[in-house]
Amino acid sequence: MTEEEKKYTTISIPTPLANKVKERIKGTGFSSVSAYTTYVLRQIISTDEPKEEAFSKEDEERIKERLRSLGYLD
Amino acid sequence: MIRPHGGRLIDRTASDREREALLGSADEMTSLDVHSGKASEIQNIATGVYSPLEGFFSGGDLESVLDRMRLEDDTPWTIPIVLDVPKSVKAGEDIVLRHDGKPMAVMNVEDVHTSDLGRYSRAVFGTDDPQHPGVAKVKEMTGRFAGGRITLLNEYDVPFPEFYLRPSETRVLFREKGWETVVAFQTRNPPHVGHEYVQKAALTFTDGLLINPVIGKKKSGDFQDGIILKTYQKLVEHYYPKDRVVLSTLLIDMWYGGPKEAILHAIMRKNLGCTHIIIGRDHAGVGKYYGPFDAHEIFKQFPDLEIEPFTFRSFAYCPRCGSPVNDKICPHDKDLINYSGTMVRALVNEGKLPSREMMRPEVAEVIAAEKDVFVE
Repeated sequence: MTEEEKKYTTISIPTPLANKVKERIKGTGFSSVSAYTTYVLRQIISTDEPKEEAFSKEDEERIKERLRSLGYLD
Repeated sequence: MIRPHGGRLIDRTASDREREALLGSADEMTSLDVHSGKASEIQNIATGVYSPLEGFFSGGDLESVLDRMRLEDDTPWTIPIVLDVPKSVKAGEDIVLRHDGKPMAVMNVEDVHTSDLGRYSRAVFGTDDPQHPGVAKVKEMTGRFAGGRITLLNEYDVPFPEFYLRPSETRVLFREKGWETVVAFQTRNPPHVGHEYVQKAALTFTDGLLINPVIGKKKSGDFQDGIILKTYQKLVEHYYPKDRVVLSTLLIDMWYGGPKEAILHAIMRKNLGCTHIIIGRDHAGVGKYYGPFDAHEIFKQFPDLEIEPFTFRSFAYCPRCGSPVNDKICPHDKDLINYSGTMVRALVNEGKLPSREMMRPEVAEVIAAEKDVFVE
């Protein structure tokens, strides 16, 4: 199986940090250090991604025209 | 403005030149007729409602969503968007998807895959009970699916086009209105006072409210789409600040998939530019297949969804408070009148109008004036 085909991979974190995570997840819905780490990373990655809005001027004018014709914009 | 799901708003509409070329060769392609629900999905893919999807699910995305509620690239997704096909459709070919005889889209078939429909149903709906309406729809599929990008040639002939807004349009509209935060409310019922209470409670914390009735195939006994729109128009006219509310439709056939469908509903509203979505008790549920708050809990599994739920547990009219209440703000547990679409339907069926505490009189009058109120 190639790296690309693998569904999961292994990362290394310091053992004391892993121990803290083990303590932190006791009694929560997280089943493992991996599950917790995945959750936190997904949260961080999503907030880091750039916000882009890409409409050309022509598209935007066309859109505004339709919105006006339907009464959504004055 | 919130990012589209997956980072980019998809537009799979053919350019004029591309459309002309594809229409010219469409007659030589394998042709597949699609029903209105599938046509809505094609429209939703092409206009970005289902961003980041650019076509129907590949085998990899289907397996990934069934296994872990995420596309192969880890983007959250919960309800598969699939095209079931006959054996004549082969990987590598372009096929034309027709609705009502008209070529709607061309799809480049990148892969053809099969799936066990029992497993599919259990993974998506938590059951393979054929009484579940979502399972019943899956059972009608062939189990052989084609994945690949689509290119839209002709838009779906949408019902109530004057209320239909694409994500590019809602995004420009919200920006022009100066709304940074927008809460979406999905509905398939005329509004009772409890709905209004929930919407206004949510709007207190956001710049705008998108009332977004679902237009599409519904269960027998559900309210007709036209009635839902007329009653909301009346409610907004009499009881809402007009610069804070947009009423527009969304094309989907319900799957009644409860919590997983709640996530799909949130993704679609995120693509429309909403930062929040109202999720009530048993959202998108049916019968007793899901717990009343499963659709609240599931959001905790998606830290990267970005759109946030406003969850409401229950609400009722309290005669002692003299107002709509919920279980967190009212100490009285006797004589509460529960707001219930079922109760409204029962009253209408008996030829009666709901009380003022239950429904605004202007809204009730709209229902009373109509002959065909319910889906056959």
